[in-house]
Amino acid sequence: MKTFALQLDRVSKVFGDFRALNNIDLRVVAGSIHAILGENGAGKTTLMNILYGLYQPDGGSITLNGQPAVIPSPSAAMEMGIGMIHQHFMLVDTLTVVENVVLGLPGQGLQLSLAEHAARLTELSQTYGFDIDPHVEIWKLPIGMRQRVEILKVLYRQANIIILDEPTSVLAPNEVASFLEGLKRLRDAGKTVIFITHKLDEVAEVADRITVMRLGQVTAETEVASITTRDMARMMVGRDVVLTAFEKPDTPPGPLRVVARNLSAIDNRGIQALKDVSFEIRSGEILGVAGVDGNGQAELAEVLTGMRAPSAGSLAVDGEDITALSVYDRRHRIGLSYVPEDRHHTGLVLDFSVMKNAMLRDFRVAPFSKNGVLDMRRAREVTDAWVKQFDVRLRSVDQAVRFLSGGNQQKLIFAREVECRPRVMVVMQPCKGLDVGAIEVLQRAILSERQRGTAILYISTELEHILNVCDRVAVMCAGRITGILRPQDATDARVGALMGGISEAESA
Amino acid sequence: MEQLFDAQFMADFLGSSLRLSVPIIFAAIGGVLAERSGVFNISLEGCILGGAFGAAVGTYLTGSPFCGLMLGITVAGSVGIMLAMLAVGLGINQLVAGIAINLLMVGLTSYLARLILGGDATSTLPGFHPIALPGLASIPIIGPVLFQQDILTYLMYLVVPASWWFLYRTPWGLNVRAIGDYPVAADSAGISVPFVRTVCVIVSCMLAGVGGAYLVLSQVFVFTEHMSAGKGFIALAALILGRWNPVGAFLACIFFGMSDALQLRLQFTSPDVPYQLFSMVPFLASLLALVLLSGKVRPPAAIGKKYVRGGK
Amino acid sequence: MLDIIRYVYMLRPVWAVLAALFVGAGLIAVSGVNPLTAYSELFSGAFLDYYGLAGTLVKTSPILLAGLAVILPLRAGLLNIGVEGQIYMGGLFSTFAALLLPPMPAMIHLPICILFGALGGGLWGLIPGYLKALHGLNEVIVTILLNFIAINIVSFVVGGPMMQEGAPYPYSDEIGEQLFLPIVLPGTDAHIGFLVGLVLAVAMYFLLRFTTTGFALDTIGSNPQAARYAGIPVRRYVMLSMFAAGAIGGLAGALEILGLKHRLYHLFSPGYGFDGIVVAFMAQLNPLFAPVAAFFLSGLKAGALVMQRAVGLESTVIEAILGLVIIFVAASLAFTYNRTFWKLLLERRRQVEADLGASMGEK
Repeated sequence: MKTFALQLDRVSKVFGDFRALNNIDLRVVAGSIHAILGENGAGKTTLMNILYGLYQPDGGSITLNGQPAVIPSPSAAMEMGIGMIHQHFMLVDTLTVVENVVLGLPGQGLQLSLAEHAARLTELSQTYGFDIDPHVEIWKLPIGMRQRVEILKVLYRQANIIILDEPTSVLAPNEVASFLEGLKRLRDAGKTVIFITHKLDEVAEVADRITVMRLGQVTAETEVASITTRDMARMMVGRDVVLTAFEKPDTPPGPLRVVARNLSAIDNRGIQALKDVSFEIRSGEILGVAGVDGNGQAELAEVLTGMRAPSAGSLAVDGEDITALSVYDRRHRIGLSYVPEDRHHTGLVLDFSVMKNAMLRDFRVAPFSKNGVLDMRRAREVTDAWVKQFDVRLRSVDQAVRFLSGGNQQKLIFAREVECRPRVMVVMQPCKGLDVGAIEVLQRAILSERQRGTAILYISTELEHILNVCDRVAVMCAGRITGILRPQDATDARVGALMGGISEAESA
Repeated sequence: MEQLFDAQFMADFLGSSLRLSVPIIFAAIGGVLAERSGVFNISLEGCILGGAFGAAVGTYLTGSPFCGLMLGITVAGSVGIMLAMLAVGLGINQLVAGIAINLLMVGLTSYLARLILGGDATSTLPGFHPIALPGLASIPIIGPVLFQQDILTYLMYLVVPASWWFLYRTPWGLNVRAIGDYPVAADSAGISVPFVRTVCVIVSCMLAGVGGAYLVLSQVFVFTEHMSAGKGFIALAALILGRWNPVGAFLACIFFGMSDALQLRLQFTSPDVPYQLFSMVPFLASLLALVLLSGKVRPPAAIGKKYVRGGK
Repeated sequence: MLDIIRYVYMLRPVWAVLAALFVGAGLIAVSGVNPLTAYSELFSGAFLDYYGLAGTLVKTSPILLAGLAVILPLRAGLLNIGVEGQIYMGGLFSTFAALLLPPMPAMIHLPICILFGALGGGLWGLIPGYLKALHGLNEVIVTILLNFIAINIVSFVVGGPMMQEGAPYPYSDEIGEQLFLPIVLPGTDAHIGFLVGLVLAVAMYFLLRFTTTGFALDTIGSNPQAARYAGIPVRRYVMLSMFAAGAIGGLAGALEILGLKHRLYHLFSPGYGFDGIVVAFMAQLNPLFAPVAAFFLSGLKAGALVMQRAVGLESTVIEAILGLVIIFVAASLAFTYNRTFWKLLLERRRQVEADLGASMGEK
């Protein structure tokens, strides 16, 4: 009989009216790599937060190494040998690697003996083939290295069960392979690895066993060898997944609309984040921007929309130079729309009502106001119409937008940014954290804008989404565009190379 | 002009600079502690006032300045508890909570001082007196300036390096710095963010309270209404100028102390100019220092933000 | 039931004030005075007596204007602690205009004095606005430092260059009688200042509620990043709102000089700027509630002296009670109305009651 490192029986968790987890059963064999597969909103992260003591289950039991266990807090989880690596790194940027590793380490006594810890850390990192200088500050490290620091952090606490939440979503394709190798090394060293993901190929490559979740329930638990990726996808989504693209009407692209020439920009830290970026978008064309998160995409979107001044280069729309125009002028005179990446901090004012959020873009012009006086009655009519048209589910337009689900919030933003009839649209990561249904609605909205003749820049880290809707794909790495491909040429290998910074010219 | 190079004059000037710095140094070190943990402590002003009031009342009632000091620290510590409850517990805007506390302390200490100290408020209280450190005090010029001081000044000599050592050389200091920059990471490492912040705020206020006690027990030996007179706010400017580092804050406070000593000297040497022209000097110096430094320093990243686990 | 709970929430400041008065009663009792006697003396002295009411209205003028000077920028997320300094600069500038300008008809001179006051306060408020917008300096610490500077400037001016000859302590010459503000209640000091505040409060309510400017300010206050995204020129609004707030503070100072003091004294404002902060929070940042809050607060202050005379209680107790008021009001803001929470709670209660009823019935 196999020994289970971790066993969950009928674990449930309820938030308000929402059943996040419904009678979850889970068995993780000691010394194996166990993948938990599921879509956004399937309850994977809630499950992991329960294992890590951040949430308490409302029902069910947890068995750890054969003993019944209650995990009251993260520190208790660590004591029990459970280590967690979150999707967003839990590292303090201004501290060094070793300081981050010893942060919260129990039994340190009165004095911080960093030199001693650093020596032990170097030893440990060599055991697993990580090459890390313990005295360097986190913000100076590339993303892949930071992830290694996270792993070292849990290894240093002698964790035996290591949970990783969507670990590959922040990595470039060429970094993924070495990361998966690292997981295998951990397993071979006797650690139990639980690995949360929605990417089927990674599961197939590295996992021993798999649990598939959907809508807060377990739909399957099996050996990976005994299941095809097609079956995995079906169990994850609940129906056969049609991976064919949307019907993209073959409209001929219109005249040149957006011309960006040699754009460069500095990020908030003062580091050059955008280097010499040039591209063109025609009317009725969607240019996708692929790349690993944090390679200058956010700065590109901000430069285009006027929220960040470029340090060099120029930008023109329909022949008019808009490099120096304010956000206001770009939005109203040029007709530029922007669906930002961060709904909560940029796209919406969470404490405002749905109606006021609908007014946010155009409150200074008709129909929302006249001569500086707001016209609340017309605003209500317009909002009501949008809510109906975009199927935003809500109780009332006076409800604070904070209480809408992510999908409905995003639909509201789309209504606002599309209904103003833009000439240029910048869309960034519109599908992050949304369910399949909402993603379909939004992608259709983008395609119908294309149909109308809008020039669209579609930035996403999900290559699949980009290939679904875009006419051309630009790949970014380290602030540069390393290549622009047609979708049919965008094979994983080519895009992966471009994302890793090997530009077409060099590889040719 | 030649007066400036007079050794006696220099010693006097440095001595009064040090005396004027001590209360703001205590407050600024306290401020550094609170702000490194991510909590604005605008109520330093109220804590100084509370410390001064407690020191006066304790000394008046018992006749012992040590009891006064203890009561001063206790009063300031209670102010800290109140700030922690409002800003950390209830999650009210930290600046609003601090300002509310300052207003309360002005009213409360004025009222209770009249009630308890009554008409005696003008008669002087016993206090701490300078103790010359044998040997060190006989060094020319700086000896008497630095080593012929009262016990609270010596305490300050200890607090500055100790707070630096605490922040940068102990695991708890590491926790504090981590919480001020990225509380989520500290929380996931099993450190209780509210607990650490609460302790930091209370200790911060107690330190400022020592500064207030110094005013009463080592400087003027009476309690007067609103005797903190903006020292808490100068301490806030000093800790920004000192880049949230105890040693830096200490140096900035010495600078403000010197500018204060200079303006007092000017008041004395030019009696025909209204003294108010000079008494704004420390505030003007603080303001100019802030403006010149703006954009060059980065406060702890999470300062002013309440921490909610899993919050949006 | 839900509606009742919602109203209870809406009245949070009232509960907070009552709680503060309750704790304040403890403070009064400490000095051996019956709190009820003290409070009744205080309130009847402040509101029920002709001269007392006039005294309250005199204080309402600067306190209400100071409250408005806090509310306006706070809607854009800026905490203006500098009203006190803005009052001083307003007083200084209007005194300049009253004493230094060449003689002219009062019809022209008086508005100029008032405008000068507003301009002085406005420029003083623009300093932290500018430093915030272009240098990212925290407006709280800057305005606090500017308060001390402004107070010292006024003291310097009336203690030196503009001091009346032979004056026992620093004050300036008296302004011309033609520049005195009209009196509302005959035989008292109650000048038209509080009416100016009232008009301004209503105007500010309409500005914030019904105009695009109000919408922009609220957006900046709730989420500055989203405001930038919406194309709102955040820096310009930050500077403008601080200028406007400073101008209102300056107006308070000007009216205080022209209406009541009739000359510039050093330390002429006993912390009205800070009372403005209390008013702003009691009014929950709604300009329409500000007059009520300011009137109540002024009553406490005016009545305090009556109380001191009547029952021999130190009037500084009122300062302590005001401190309690703002603490309680600030604390009450932490409790936000959560409809779902209360709905769930009520439903659960109903369920329990139904179960209880059922089990009773079985017996």
